[in-house]
Amino acid sequence: MPIEIRLPALAPDFEGGTIESWHKVVGDVIAAGDVIADIETDKAVVEIEATDSGILGKIVVVAGTADVPVNTVIGLLLQEGETVADLDNLSVSDRAETVTPAVTDVAPVPTAKQASKPQTLATPEGRLFASPLARRIALRSGVDLNTLTGRGPNGRILRADVEAASSNVTTEVADERYTAIPNSGMRKVIARRLGEAKRDIPHFYLTVDCTLDAVLELRRQFNAESIDGASAYKISVNDLIIKACALALQDVPAANASWTEEATLQYHDVDISVAVATPGGLITPIVRNADRKSLIEISSEIRDLADRARNGKLKPTEYKGGGFTISNLGMYGIKHFSAIVNPPQSCILAIGAGEQRAIVNDGALEVATVMSCTLSVDHRSVDGAIGAEFLKAFKNHIEHSLSLFLGSTSR
Amino acid sequence: MSSAQYDIIVVGGGPGGYVTAIRAGQIGLKTALIEREHLGGICLNWGCIPTKSLLRSAEIFEYMKQASSFGLSAEGIGFDLQQIVARSRRIAKQLNGGVAQLLKKNKIKVYDGQAQLLGGGKLRIENDDKAIEESSAAHIILATGARARDLPGLEADGKLVWTYKEAMTPKSLPESILVIGAGAIGIEFASFYNSLGVDVTVVEVMPQILPVEDAGIAEFAAKAFARQGIKILTNTKVTELRKGRNELTAVLIRNEEQSEITVDRVISAVGVVGNHENLGLENTRVEVDRSYVVVNEWSETAEPGVYAIGDLAGPPCLAHKASHEGIICVERIADTPNIHPLNKLTVPGCTYSRPQIASIGLTEQAARDAGYAVRIGNFPFQANGKAIALGETEGMIKTVFDDKTGELLGAHMVGAEVTELIQGFGIAQSLETTEQELMRTVFPHPTLSEMMHEATLDAFDKVIHI
Repeated sequence: MPIEIRLPALAPDFEGGTIESWHKVVGDVIAAGDVIADIETDKAVVEIEATDSGILGKIVVVAGTADVPVNTVIGLLLQEGETVADLDNLSVSDRAETVTPAVTDVAPVPTAKQASKPQTLATPEGRLFASPLARRIALRSGVDLNTLTGRGPNGRILRADVEAASSNVTTEVADERYTAIPNSGMRKVIARRLGEAKRDIPHFYLTVDCTLDAVLELRRQFNAESIDGASAYKISVNDLIIKACALALQDVPAANASWTEEATLQYHDVDISVAVATPGGLITPIVRNADRKSLIEISSEIRDLADRARNGKLKPTEYKGGGFTISNLGMYGIKHFSAIVNPPQSCILAIGAGEQRAIVNDGALEVATVMSCTLSVDHRSVDGAIGAEFLKAFKNHIEHSLSLFLGSTSR
Repeated sequence: MSSAQYDIIVVGGGPGGYVTAIRAGQIGLKTALIEREHLGGICLNWGCIPTKSLLRSAEIFEYMKQASSFGLSAEGIGFDLQQIVARSRRIAKQLNGGVAQLLKKNKIKVYDGQAQLLGGGKLRIENDDKAIEESSAAHIILATGARARDLPGLEADGKLVWTYKEAMTPKSLPESILVIGAGAIGIEFASFYNSLGVDVTVVEVMPQILPVEDAGIAEFAAKAFARQGIKILTNTKVTELRKGRNELTAVLIRNEEQSEITVDRVISAVGVVGNHENLGLENTRVEVDRSYVVVNEWSETAEPGVYAIGDLAGPPCLAHKASHEGIICVERIADTPNIHPLNKLTVPGCTYSRPQIASIGLTEQAARDAGYAVRIGNFPFQANGKAIALGETEGMIKTVFDDKTGELLGAHMVGAEVTELIQGFGIAQSLETTEQELMRTVFPHPTLSEMMHEATLDAFDKVIHI
């Protein structure tokens, strides 16, 4: 009996995703542990591995298929001695019904939900006649062979049929005035979530100026000392901001919260999401328990997360969740901006550039390095006073910066 | 003068025309075929078939000369040129009779004469300048083929300067021959006469012999011919032929350097031109460009109801291409479902010299020029057991794959019997296989065909036997 390859639950709250590409083609030998496909979830591209060995007998859900629910049979693996003929007797939908109860404890996804969602599945009954080259090109270009009428002998699908189908897709949007960039799963999620946030969340904004001269001097000394050490490190201003945020959230836990209709959820852990720009769009990997980590730990962790975010290799657990978000556009010279709250969180801190400004100190004009920070707040769960208290605490930590370097402070 | 009406009239009874007529007859169309000389055309009477007979004689003669290397003894070996030629004429005649039989079986009315298109689907059939019939048909398919090209100053005279016709029927063996043009025809005659002991020189204006073949394969073949004693001059032009009583002197220019060569005979093999004259095309809208009738992908000319196939419709001028174009043309007329225009890249080319050359699809260079990222596989005859047992270790097989899709873009071969092997890659291409299917195909051992497998494996760094 051929083995079913199912879309695994990539994270506890993972419901489904897009089959971005298959790494294997029908006929490929697969060993357990081989990467077989890339799944695009709402925030990243995740590789999925085979749990069994065999020969890929059929790709049930072709590349490009969106909204594939968890536990869907996406492919079939032939065991030794089996041939394509063994697939003919197999009805994928029937099998899904009968097998699911047995694996319930492994992947608890209700079958009813699976059945209710429309899917683009290859017809399991009957053989699809298509040339090997047509199959491969279809796979690469995301054309579903089931939707094509072959013009080869006896209706066999040829490469020309697939190419015509894939060029039809592009001619629909072809217009010389612009280039149409199809929306990726990530883009769609950004659009949906931020649209909802701006529509549903009553935002208010608080801005504070922080003087950075003291912290920059400490940072200089700190980095200078590390140069000769065995494990040289370099702390960035951003690392210091994450740390200051974490300490401020410790001081004002009410800002580390989510609004729900029944209750406002106040988080115990200080998990800070950090916005990272990637070619595919914005993503927010999480520095967990940032209040309990040293600056060096935060620094190396965020560097690794950002790298993998740019390569689309974050695991869902690394970007799903978090209680508070930092978005820093200082490196672009932005003086000040207001971010959109990242639901279900309540607060997002927008960081502007640190720049030399004329300030008045005790009635005298001085030059100082100043950074404007704007907190966007969901007024349903966090009031103005709490937001202001948070910013005050943040400003205190960043300006009286020794606390940042003292490492974790126990709660 | 009688008149008759047909569904289809085919003009020309070569491998394009007679196959077209038979297919039309099979479909049930009322079909006539007009042939001015002999059924089977150049291919059967003066081309493909008789030259294969000549080359077979030369090949067996070569084997006899090498008898001792197989543990055999052959003494006093020699040949009778007249008998070699007679055999080839006999075979041509036999097949010519066969074509007449096939046409009869398929109820094709065959006219012996010359066709004159009158426009409006009408044509007049003439014999010895006398009109014998005026017929009309909804569809007229021109398949009049091509003939040897004459270059100014190098015109064939049939005595000192031969075309393929004289070269195929020599009365006696010249001591030396200059072959002008190193395409398939020139190379085959060079190989034939060289095997019989003639001093052969080949000149080619292009930088390589067999200019349509893959450069690597052509170079391999050129070295093999040179080892056999054929003198090959590429990048060389013949500017003048001075005829003597029973010899001629050719003036050659190579890299701006002039030289002269004196030979007994010259074989002119500088390509072909389409037979578009005396067909009454002026009475129609049919357009001609550089001797070839202009057609679209379905062989339709500018005149509705008039089609052209085969050599007349342009290169590659090959019998099998003509036959296929004709069949597609008729099937389209009959509204057969699921037919496609002929993809010229799927037309194999074969040269029956020793060693043979065969190819299909894109050369490595053409594939690169077309923008493909290619994967190239090579496998030498020296590493193939069957080739060694045959005593035929001179040769190689080369594959060209698209790195992106695994499509077999081209295959190129030089060596013994490769003309019989190339169809395997042809089937692979027409079935649109990728490298995977070729790799999984079990090729029998020991055969030359195993090299096709290995050349595929080599393109993907999986070659076993080198």
